[in-house]
Amino acid sequence: MHELSLCRAIAGVVKDHAGERRVDVVRVRVGALRQVVPDSLAFCWTIVRGDEDMPGAELELEFVPAEVQCNGCGQQSEIESRWSVACPRCTSADVTVVHGEEFLVTSVDVT
Amino acid sequence: MGRFHRHDDGTEHSHDHEHEHDHDHDHDHDHGDHSGYATGTERIEVLEAIFAENDNRADINRKAFDSNGIRALNLMSSPGSGKTTVLGATLDALAGEFALGIIEGDIATDLDAAKLEGRGAQISLLNTSNGFGGECHLDAPMVNRAIDGLDLPALDLVIVENVGNLVCPAEFDVGEHAKAMVYSVTEGEDKPLKYPVMFRSVDVVLLNKIDLVPHLDADVDTYIARVREVNPDATILPVSARTGEGMSEWFDWLRGFVRAR
Repeated sequence: MHELSLCRAIAGVVKDHAGERRVDVVRVRVGALRQVVPDSLAFCWTIVRGDEDMPGAELELEFVPAEVQCNGCGQQSEIESRWSVACPRCTSADVTVVHGEEFLVTSVDVT
Repeated sequence: MGRFHRHDDGTEHSHDHEHEHDHDHDHDHDHGDHSGYATGTERIEVLEAIFAENDNRADINRKAFDSNGIRALNLMSSPGSGKTTVLGATLDALAGEFALGIIEGDIATDLDAAKLEGRGAQISLLNTSNGFGGECHLDAPMVNRAIDGLDLPALDLVIVENVGNLVCPAEFDVGEHAKAMVYSVTEGEDKPLKYPVMFRSVDVVLLNKIDLVPHLDADVDTYIARVREVNPDATILPVSARTGEGMSEWFDWLRGFVRAR
């Protein structure tokens, strides 16, 4: 729903690192618990990149599955559900999220 | 084939080169680049959080609140949950006890702000239609601008009424000390499972409109159990902002929140 503003934020991070150089590829890591719709992000990027002076920059998304450490049974598990973080073994919601909340620019290719 | 280049001090020399090229290209360039070619693509490691800029601004907001002895609450919900009615009842009960400020996020109107005018609080209206984040949430830079509309040294508690939306506001720290949400029983008991990021993010859930429960298929315990499935720690307060039922527990929660300064 807010992918347009996320794309502007991505472009802001990229500009800080790319400077005046031409940006060819932007790599973004997205955790499964982030409420980011990949198709929407990709579409918004095609709009934003032109405004941000990087018209040829391709967006590459890397997805990280959600993983939780259960505070009840102690099990660390990857979770299949896109949203729920309950422990798959004992169904407790008392979990610590280990992975899935990532949302960062990992690298950019510049020329 | 060697490669010829010239240093800044005017000396010239050539390097051996391990592979053959099909063209000669003796030319000058700065000392640092020994390739003899235009620089190709370079990969830059970034590893920077996309929310970093928002979070930096949120910290600035939080420091502004802290330095004025203010506690700030980010109040979120879906549209139509009764958030503004809850706020109105809160002002009526507590405006004589604390100095309250409201940052009122609304997409394009001042309808909510108008409902809260004259009830003992400072109000700073923030329309989001032209904001950085578009219209679906408040972000830290927007709240930073809205703070200018409040006389901070005079306040004890600032409540940020976010845009009605169960998705985007959960992602954006605006500089608050705690997050609250209004969840009305008319939304259905499945919402915590459908919007767990929001429900997981909050410290307190006001389960609103419980006066309507007799007309629905679920009871209050079912709603509470669904919230617990995604958030085992939040305080859950069943209330009706319309009848006042349960609201004294909410006011007590706020008193404790302000006292924690």
